Amino acid sequence: MVPLSYYLVLSGILFACGVTGFLIKRNIITIFMSIELMLNGVNLSFVAFAAHWHALAGQVFVFFVMVVAAAESAVGLAIIIAVFRARETLNADQLNLLKL
Amino acid sequence: MLHLTLFLAFAVVAVAGAVNLLAQRHPINSALSLIAVMAALAGEYLLLGAEFVAAIQVIVYAGAIMVLFVFVIMLLNAGVEERTNGSRVAIVFGIPGMLIGGVLVAWAVLRSSGGEQVAIGALPGPPAEIANLLFHEFLLPFEITSILILIAIMGAVVLASKPQAVQKRKEH
Amino acid sequence: MPIWLFIVVSVIKSIILLFILLTAVAYSVWLERKVVGHMQNRWGPTRVGPFGLLQPAADGLKFLFKEDLTPPHVYKPLYIAAPMIAVVFALTSISVIPFGNSVTIGGYSIPFQVTDVNTGLLLILGVTSIGVYGVALAGWSSNNKYSLLGGLRASAQMVSYEISLGLSLVGVLIMAGSFSLRQIVDAQAGHFWGFIPRWNIFHGQIIGFFCYLIAAYAETNRVPFDLPEAETELVAGYHTEYSAMKFAMFFMAEYANMITVACLATLLFLGGWRGPVFGPPILQAILPVFWFFVKVFCFMFVYIWVRGTLPRFRYDQLMAFGWKFLLPLAILNLIGTAVAVAW
Repeated sequence: MVPLSYYLVLSGILFACGVTGFLIKRNIITIFMSIELMLNGVNLSFVAFAAHWHALAGQVFVFFVMVVAAAESAVGLAIIIAVFRARETLNADQLNLLKL
Repeated sequence: MLHLTLFLAFAVVAVAGAVNLLAQRHPINSALSLIAVMAALAGEYLLLGAEFVAAIQVIVYAGAIMVLFVFVIMLLNAGVEERTNGSRVAIVFGIPGMLIGGVLVAWAVLRSSGGEQVAIGALPGPPAEIANLLFHEFLLPFEITSILILIAIMGAVVLASKPQAVQKRKEH
Repeated sequence: MPIWLFIVVSVIKSIILLFILLTAVAYSVWLERKVVGHMQNRWGPTRVGPFGLLQPAADGLKFLFKEDLTPPHVYKPLYIAAPMIAVVFALTSISVIPFGNSVTIGGYSIPFQVTDVNTGLLLILGVTSIGVYGVALAGWSSNNKYSLLGGLRASAQMVSYEISLGLSLVGVLIMAGSFSLRQIVDAQAGHFWGFIPRWNIFHGQIIGFFCYLIAAYAETNRVPFDLPEAETELVAGYHTEYSAMKFAMFFMAEYANMITVACLATLLFLGGWRGPVFGPPILQAILPVFWFFVKVFCFMFVYIWVRGTLPRFRYDQLMAFGWKFLLPLAILNLIGTAVAVAW
């Protein structure tokens, strides 16, 4: 038996790491990975709550989160490729112009 | 006891991977540590009994989404991240801020929980029952996500194709 | 069964399986060289042992004693880890494959399978999808343009064809109603009109089998989809910079993946270990395993036959074929099967 709160704390730590990465990383690909880390942290709390309340809907939600993450990463990586083609850099600090 | 040991083992791997993601400066190392986090989370899902979610986690997240990331890193030949003024400011304010926030959240969660326990394999998620839920109760969201995926595919194709190719397509 | 006995039996089974698998890998290399040789009017290996049968042992020794070169410009941690990732995941996926029914020894029923997982098929798909990293990281960490191109091609190709592979299996899953490989085989018991076996390939899944076959060739990087290591354009693709045991690991991973794919095809489409069973009890226990190996052998032979026959695709043709032909075909097969089952 493991207390439910342990799972929530783990999920919180992962989410916090994701937010930190989002703030301190300068490479857009790594920033994007931090977003995936946040989604993963949230998924864990979904599954833990599903087990706690005996509601399978929590696991179905994880499925939806994964689908959205897949769509998001496909579009996001395409945007990164387009940005790299235009600017030749992946550093988020140097992407500060709205025009090409 | 076994449950707690396994939980802690996977948790340590997950947290170590997440911290390593922040510490590494080369994106490919960050990507690999993220894969380690995902594999550890799949283990946690198995402990909770969600075998289908664990399998999907490995197949979709670790096997497809992260391959895409690695592919893009290889394609763009992304190098070691540079340190700039902005990143120094972000580190100075970001890490302490997140530590304080994380401790606050953990304290709140641990304080407000009434000591509910979760047993090993608490809620088995057999694929058949998940499919039942998905195709009856959640049919509309399911169909909407399929449209979302379609739009995402088209968007990705348009965005990633070369500008000249787009021009040519317009002329035709 | 007490837990200690279970652990002992599992360890013994794993060791035996690993031994059989590695021997099979070594001899499928021999078989390939021999068969392709005869197709091209050559003899293939003949010098070491009768019919060159000891050639795999000689090759293994050579790989062991070669100097292990590490080029100076590689990214070392990943350069060393990549072949290990490839070979470990290739060998892991065989663990859930059942080779036959169970035998009863000392009152305990022991299945011919390391472990029976009720989501066995998903586990295999997951493990093989992780295996891509071995190839991709090898290409990237070698820091060589040919390797990088090979790694890029491999990751794009494997992700694209994995979708068709997964979809082609869904038809079988709908008919069996289970992810457990044992139950999928059990669902194929019996005969049509008393003589045609009720295997999935004769049971409306011929298109599914076709899709699986093509997608599996692409997944294992074999001719006609061996673009990641196309020697005429990329030297040797992702393993250009590898030598000695590290190269041998990629080699082993490729052939172990082929064997896994052949086992999966046998289980899902060709009725698994089902076949005529007769004779005394000991023969009845052995025969299913024999039939399983015969079917796997036939599948491997087709692999080699295709290699000896077809030229390589161009890369744009490969992608167009995967997305514009194979994927729609697999979806149509899925819809057709679903309609037929719902009828």
